[in-house]
Amino acid sequence: MAEQLYNAVFIGSIYALFALGFALVFSVLDILNLAHPTVFMLGAFIALFVIGTLGLPWFVALPIAVLVTGLFGIALDRVAFAPLRRRGAPALSSMISSLAVTLIVVRLVELRYGGDFITFPAGTVPAFVFRVGDATFEGIRLAIVVLSVVLMLILTYVLRRTQLGRDLRALAENPRAARLLGVDVDRAIAATFFVSSALGGLAGVLLAFAYNTLDSRMGVPLELRAFTVMVVGGMGSLPGAVIGAYVLGLGEVASLVYLPTELRDAFAFGLLFLVLVLRPTGLLGQKSPDRV
Amino acid sequence: MDAVSDFLRTYSTTIAVIGVNALLALSVWLTLYAGQLTLGNAAFMGVGAYVSALLGRHLDTPFPVALLIGSVAAAALALPLGSIVFRLRGVYLAIATLAFGEIVRVVLLATPITGRGQGLNGIPPKTELWHIYLSVLVVAYVLWRVQGSTIGRAWAAIREDEIASASQGIAVGRHKLAAFVIGALIAGWAGGLSAHVTFSIDPSDFGFTKAVQVLVFAVVGGTPNVLGPILGAGLLTALPELLRPLKDYRDIFQGAILLLVIIYLPRGLVTFVDVRRTRRLSRIGALDVA
Amino acid sequence: MLLETVGLTKRFGGVTAVDRVDLGIVQGRALGLIGPNGAGKTTLVNLISGVVPADGGTIRLSGSDVSGLPAHRLAALGIARTFQGVRVFRGLTVEDNVLIGRHTRTRSDALARLIPRPRSAIDADRARALSLIDRVGIGRRRAEVLAGELPYGDQRRLEIARALASEPLLLILDEPAAGMNPTESAGLRALIGSLLVEGLTILLIEHDVRLVMDTCQRVAVLNFGRKIADAVPAEIQRDPVVREAYLGTEAVA
Repeated sequence: MAEQLYNAVFIGSIYALFALGFALVFSVLDILNLAHPTVFMLGAFIALFVIGTLGLPWFVALPIAVLVTGLFGIALDRVAFAPLRRRGAPALSSMISSLAVTLIVVRLVELRYGGDFITFPAGTVPAFVFRVGDATFEGIRLAIVVLSVVLMLILTYVLRRTQLGRDLRALAENPRAARLLGVDVDRAIAATFFVSSALGGLAGVLLAFAYNTLDSRMGVPLELRAFTVMVVGGMGSLPGAVIGAYVLGLGEVASLVYLPTELRDAFAFGLLFLVLVLRPTGLLGQKSPDRV
Repeated sequence: MDAVSDFLRTYSTTIAVIGVNALLALSVWLTLYAGQLTLGNAAFMGVGAYVSALLGRHLDTPFPVALLIGSVAAAALALPLGSIVFRLRGVYLAIATLAFGEIVRVVLLATPITGRGQGLNGIPPKTELWHIYLSVLVVAYVLWRVQGSTIGRAWAAIREDEIASASQGIAVGRHKLAAFVIGALIAGWAGGLSAHVTFSIDPSDFGFTKAVQVLVFAVVGGTPNVLGPILGAGLLTALPELLRPLKDYRDIFQGAILLLVIIYLPRGLVTFVDVRRTRRLSRIGALDVA
Repeated sequence: MLLETVGLTKRFGGVTAVDRVDLGIVQGRALGLIGPNGAGKTTLVNLISGVVPADGGTIRLSGSDVSGLPAHRLAALGIARTFQGVRVFRGLTVEDNVLIGRHTRTRSDALARLIPRPRSAIDADRARALSLIDRVGIGRRRAEVLAGELPYGDQRRLEIARALASEPLLLILDEPAAGMNPTESAGLRALIGSLLVEGLTILLIEHDVRLVMDTCQRVAVLNFGRKIADAVPAEIQRDPVVREAYLGTEAVA
């Protein structure tokens, strides 16, 4: 029971990091970045490359992966979103362009690494367990939870107390007004994508370390859970995304007691549709309707 | 004549697949025409495929009836899904259909009667090429005629501006639902046809990759009229066949062309046919898919 | 009374945009709605036209309670409107815009169209659309022009033609004269006059106070969401409360 709770908190943390990146872009720019799962996968594979090909240790691979995926995020915006933004294209077009990027990047990774599951070289990540009573816990998961919480606190601080955070919130509220008020919109958008993708990439590396496996399609189940998390927490709400992530994590682990593993995904979807039907605005969401 | 029948025999599978893809592209085109992004038509295709194949196998249902039931089954799933989603903002449809697609995949993998991961094998090859192409013709014709009708204009209005549309008396949710459900109907039909041409089906045939592929056909081909999706399906199915050695790069090619099209030529390749109108739309900033 | 609102209220977060407004529009007359920027005029119109749901109060159309009905139902019942900051269908032609305006009165022809017929040179709906396009001053020669290609003033006129296409009972005009030069607003004045003669009822929101005073039999004034005056134009012009509301923003005379 305690082990299950532990795992639920761990997986909830991964979901939270991933979903935060997703929700950040949605709340600031009003677009659904369907290439976000790709940075999750990229983070893991960059770590694999640094460790496997460059032979560097995990604690070097981790920051490199995060940095590179952050930069990828900026590039993604330049290539797929910025041109559409410039001509005022609707959200639909951005979703399609991000899908296109996903197709390309996933295939490129598959061409290099194949589509099967890959494990890290032995001894990549220090694995340690600790026991409390007769329950066994994997230490790395605790480290991930702690890291996640710390990052979420840092993000909260940045958003509430720094100029950048104020700029982002202004941009989220009213882009035109933000520009008129002197917000450096381009810089703010670049920062948004950097942070969003870095968080996504980090989540990918951490999950890959924890499970010691990665594959080119690892982003897909996360994508669906991110949707559930965002809908449950309220589209565009960052604290909502965090709450939703842990709710989903706990719910999933709990449901595994009753459901066969094949239907594990079913919990996430069931929750998604339940919320869509009963309370589409989610727990904390309040996206305003179209301005008239 | 010999040369023709030789050609047909060699390439018959490809030609069949082009036709099926054209149907799928048309099904997605319809929802795009109403300004909505659906990623569920591969799943609807899967529903049509499995239902028609299973009916034929277990209940000996005559082929056309099985196709019809498969098609209606897909539409029957689209109806509640759409009803829930169209009360909400546009992005929710993309999310919901993506999730729906995964649900279908999971259900197919878990249900014994569908053969689970192995899928269904030995489906009798009941589909003839003319079945497929007649379907394409009929569907294209109907959609073309409907495009110029009050409903078609309503869809175009919704695509342009939902609030203004509602103020003209258009029941926006109902119209979006109609496009979505009809799209599912077409996709289900295509699935039934496809199952009886490829002999075997399994859940991975109807997943996310397929859904995106179909979207690529419609978007790259073009959205102003029904020729677009047909062109897109034809081009993007045939090209990789002709470029066999580059088969591995097919997804990259499709992704790249989708990206280029959506950014530089959002109404698709078919707009080359009417360059002037495209230029006019571009000047007034009304160029996009939606 | 063609349209009545009783205690109509709308809140956005902590702000009460429309505060218990009672309004009445007599059939065949024009009611002007004026007030400083942010007074709640457009929100009130959004409530009446069903674009935004009200938080309180009732709306009655020809005596029946239509509160809470969505925009498309109200359009079918006879309420048509234009938008502040034009919302024409930019990628569609002028003619298609007007045809869409007639949606509530057009029988669905999808099934009929499945049988190919030579397109009759002019059918009834198209004829009506073209004559409306003439009437508002755009001219049927430009029926195939894309709405987004029209100059701003013509786009406003197109919106009016589109609204008229449904043969509404009530026409709501939200700042139709914005961006119009004196010649154009004179044309607008004439149009409104002729529509009133035909028995149409009009609710006119405008900042061009002269236009309002000249065309409307009655004028209501909003400020901070509340109705502060409701009288004939001459009295409004003399009303000190109204003057004070406008102090520093515009002169009422």
